[in-house]
Amino acid sequence: MRAQGAQLPAAASGRDVVVAGIALVADCAGALYWPEEGLLVVADLHLEKGSSFATRGVLLPPYDTAATLARLGALIARYAPKFVIALGDSFHDGGGPERVSEGDRAMLGALQRGREWIWIAGNHDPEPVHGLGGVSAAMFASGPLVFRHAPEREPSDGEIAGHLHPVARVNGRGRTVSRRCFATDGKRMVMPAFGAYAGGLNIRDRAFADVFNTLKFTAHILGEARLYAIAAHRCLGD
Amino acid sequence: MTVLERPEEITLPEPFLRWFKQRGWEPRAHQLELLAKARAGRSALLIAPTGAGKTLAGFLPTLVELSETSRNGRTPGRQARSVPLHPRSGGEGLEVGGDLFDLAAPPTPDPSPPFAARMGGGERTEQASQSSAITKVAANSPRKLISTGREVRREGGLHTLYISPLKALAVDIARNLETPVAEMKLPIRIETRTGDTPASKRQRQRRDPPHILLTTPEQLALILASADAPFLFGSLRRVVLDELHSLVMSKRGDLLSLGLARLFALAPDLTSVGLSATVAEPDDLRRYLMPQPPSAPTQSAPILADLVIADDGAPPHVSMLDTAERLPWAGHTARHAIGEIYGLIKRHKTTLVFVNTRSQAEAVFQQLWGINDDNLAIALHHGSLDVAQRRKVEEAMTVGRLRAVVCTSSLDLGVDWGDVDLVINVGAPKGASRLLQRIGRANHRMDEPSRGVLIPANRFEVLECTAALDAIAAKAQDTPPARIGALDVLAQHVLGRACGEPFLADGLYAEVRSAAPYADLTRADFDAVVDFVATGGYALKAYERFAKIRQGKDGRWRVAHPMIAQRYRMNVGTIVEADMLKVRLVRSRASKLIPRGGRLLGEVEEYFIEMLTPGDTFVFAGEILRYEAIVEDEVYVSRAASEDPKVPSYEGGKFPLSTYLADRVRQIVADGSLWKELPPQVREWLEIQQWRSLLPGRRDLLVETFPRANKCYLVCYPFEGRLAHQTLGMLLTRRLERARLRPMGFVANEYALAIWGLGDVALRISRGELSLAELFDQDMLGDDLEAWLAESALMKRTFRTCAIIAGLIERRFPGQEKSRREVTISTDLVYDVLRKHQADHVLLRAARADAGSGLLDIHRLGDMLSRIRGRIIHKPLDHVSPLAVPVMLEIGREMVHGEASEEVLREAEAELVKEAMQ
Repeated sequence: MRAQGAQLPAAASGRDVVVAGIALVADCAGALYWPEEGLLVVADLHLEKGSSFATRGVLLPPYDTAATLARLGALIARYAPKFVIALGDSFHDGGGPERVSEGDRAMLGALQRGREWIWIAGNHDPEPVHGLGGVSAAMFASGPLVFRHAPEREPSDGEIAGHLHPVARVNGRGRTVSRRCFATDGKRMVMPAFGAYAGGLNIRDRAFADVFNTLKFTAHILGEARLYAIAAHRCLGD
Repeated sequence: MTVLERPEEITLPEPFLRWFKQRGWEPRAHQLELLAKARAGRSALLIAPTGAGKTLAGFLPTLVELSETSRNGRTPGRQARSVPLHPRSGGEGLEVGGDLFDLAAPPTPDPSPPFAARMGGGERTEQASQSSAITKVAANSPRKLISTGREVRREGGLHTLYISPLKALAVDIARNLETPVAEMKLPIRIETRTGDTPASKRQRQRRDPPHILLTTPEQLALILASADAPFLFGSLRRVVLDELHSLVMSKRGDLLSLGLARLFALAPDLTSVGLSATVAEPDDLRRYLMPQPPSAPTQSAPILADLVIADDGAPPHVSMLDTAERLPWAGHTARHAIGEIYGLIKRHKTTLVFVNTRSQAEAVFQQLWGINDDNLAIALHHGSLDVAQRRKVEEAMTVGRLRAVVCTSSLDLGVDWGDVDLVINVGAPKGASRLLQRIGRANHRMDEPSRGVLIPANRFEVLECTAALDAIAAKAQDTPPARIGALDVLAQHVLGRACGEPFLADGLYAEVRSAAPYADLTRADFDAVVDFVATGGYALKAYERFAKIRQGKDGRWRVAHPMIAQRYRMNVGTIVEADMLKVRLVRSRASKLIPRGGRLLGEVEEYFIEMLTPGDTFVFAGEILRYEAIVEDEVYVSRAASEDPKVPSYEGGKFPLSTYLADRVRQIVADGSLWKELPPQVREWLEIQQWRSLLPGRRDLLVETFPRANKCYLVCYPFEGRLAHQTLGMLLTRRLERARLRPMGFVANEYALAIWGLGDVALRISRGELSLAELFDQDMLGDDLEAWLAESALMKRTFRTCAIIAGLIERRFPGQEKSRREVTISTDLVYDVLRKHQADHVLLRAARADAGSGLLDIHRLGDMLSRIRGRIIHKPLDHVSPLAVPVMLEIGREMVHGEASEEVLREAEAELVKEAMQ
């Protein structure tokens, strides 16, 4: 018994999830969409991570910002959101905004046109973002939902956070597959990192137990064209 | 090539003659011939079997030269030099003060303590005095020789440099040289420099070098990247490259070739000596030993070193075990023959049991101990075991305390490990030359035959062993062709050059092209590599201000910051192991807290552990272990009660079946008249195959299709090695998917490939809707290959290796104790981004070049596809054929390939849904 959501193109790549009673769409590209509010959320873009490494002599390809923005652009084209929330660690370091290339700046400007853009502060980028449009905020609340970078340690219903870069590992066919995922217990959610160079943390890590208290949460694992929901206790540790 | 007509006319100086006579030895013809080459100022390649006194031959010219010059009252390599005490950027540590030759000073720590014990006992004196080769003399040497000639005062740079692929070998050779030098009282100082050499000694060696330095390719690169290189090597007369046949096969050989080119540029009087086992194309090695002319090799003939070939020695006695047991259809552990192997060990003094992989080694070792009623001293040796443990085994072996060692290629090279009188090769020989070199480990005396026994582990391996025996009888060699120098290695070298003396691009380009592997390097590629080293080589010029090397006003390139040089030194080398995790034995996880600090068992590849689930059991270090957890970069394991370990993956050996052996195997299969030399069981197997299906001709490809348990199978037999088959499997499944034949998985072994799915391939062929010729068309190496490479885990692994060698990703960081897992960025992510944004980047090109022959073996697949054009024979069957049984049996036992990660996720989810609905 599968619900065919043929009317929305989004349904092909997303999955309905409910957090604190709010119906959201988790997209397999790693973004969260709130249809009622027209609000698109992405976490941990880590823009300019490549150039951040370069300042330390590790000359990673400088295309990560372009790659991340291109994927974000595709999502914005699909959902045409009224609001975009970048959920913190949008830049890999404080100098990131200044290093964004001309082309990427233009791309970002185009993405922001006609919609509200909110930079939530993260631990990598605690300062407000200057010169790149949008408004900066420590957090953002709307209805029962609270959007902040790092999940609180206390129970926090309605919290949508990033920071932990959740990754789930599943085995089958004699091997294992690791992918980014959404982690949620229906009350709160930790979003996958969106950035092209962002690494991951296994959801069996203690950090997730601190958020959800138990293993009674679900990993919505990002597939190529859909999400796969697997209970956290069925996923593998490292 | 100048051939010396009568090498016997070359005579040794008096002290040497006396010394030989005292030992009851005669100088061998090739030893004298090499001496003559040296006197004529010629470079030479010596091809000689093990036990021919190869090493002494390589050093004799130097020893003679140095003894003569000192007798003439000249100090060799005299060269005035101010004491170079200039500060070095982030130098290697301690400054050494005081009189370096003060004998009262504390002795330099022994670079390789475990070997000290080998020098100890006098037990082997008698045997050693009977032996004819220098490699035996170590047993006679006094107990505490560390560096010969420490009291010899000298000035100037090095006279002779010896490069070995193994640091243990360098250390051993040094010890072996010490005896003649000490006994003839030659005023020669000999030292080693390896990764274990203390910083203080290295520092001193740079200022006050010995006559002869024994070292490894990586250490050479390090010295060349220092400001001392011109002084150290300016007066170098000879470079001796040991085990050259092995070195040139890998990227280490590329790196060494660049170092050699540098040496030739620094040292006007340099000649080279290569020591090698027998190879298919000696000219490749002769070319490697000489600086090549600046023009393209097509325009001028390559320059070759002279060739000296030693007597073959007695031909080896090699046989294949004619087992009394039933020969298995599949598998690699030779469980059926374990009693017979044990019997062979019992009947010989010391046996080396070679296998192809670590897991095979573990399995064979376990099984031997399972029946070891006589408690024979049988040990285990493979590259993943803890170094201390390996040294212990080597030590015990040398003093004759072991009856057998089960080992992998970890013992392929090296000095003789004691008195081995039998080599057993379990499993596929893979290549004739490789097998011969292994068998040469038995009996290091060239006038007596080595004895080897081949133990095929399954029926196909009987064919391969038969082919190998034929090849040995025909004296055929199948070493791989010469490499084309890798661009990632060049990048490392370019950075190294900038760390030493600043260089001009034109000059370095010319120098690099004088290295044989890089003779065809285009200027565009060279410039791309320099650009990569400087700023990453990106079309988007974003990193000018972060450049690692910069061009000065004088046009010379130099490192931008001393820190860059320090990091280069920490990351030098081309051996990129898979990420390794330390294996630590802990108590089973009774409580949640895992105790730290158990015994270290060795190292295991990270991807191996990634396939395991906590609780899985596997065999390692001779024990059955339970996987508990990963903590940082250590794997915690406990002793498992389980009797039946789950060895999850047979990682095929690094080397696929050689094309030469593959062709011979196809010939045996095709030609029934050759079957009479096969064991009856195997002959019968082929006869039934002929009756039930058919046997392909030597150049044909047989494709069988048959239904089985609601699935349709396609099995083909290219005989091209599992790596090429895996790639073929990936590409064919893509095509079958497109043809809506719903392939579900495939499995490959060295000889065959089996694909299964829901669609009926045979039916589609019979209706004329599918053409095998089209399915196997070479155009699969176009778009399909490209599409697959975009997501292939094997390609990403290949890219990672290139990124590390080229210095994009560093493995070791100064002043950081963080574990690698925390610090490094995933190269998979970098690969994805780079591929999309700059597909022609030099690192991607380097990775693609590697994919041609490495994990993906694309060249071989390409050759196969062109061979079988118009020669595909389809045989539709009702059920599985005898020839298909071995590969079918691997299903379930083998990792099922397919990069179908989505499938894994889908199945995992479906499984849960099913569970929830019950």
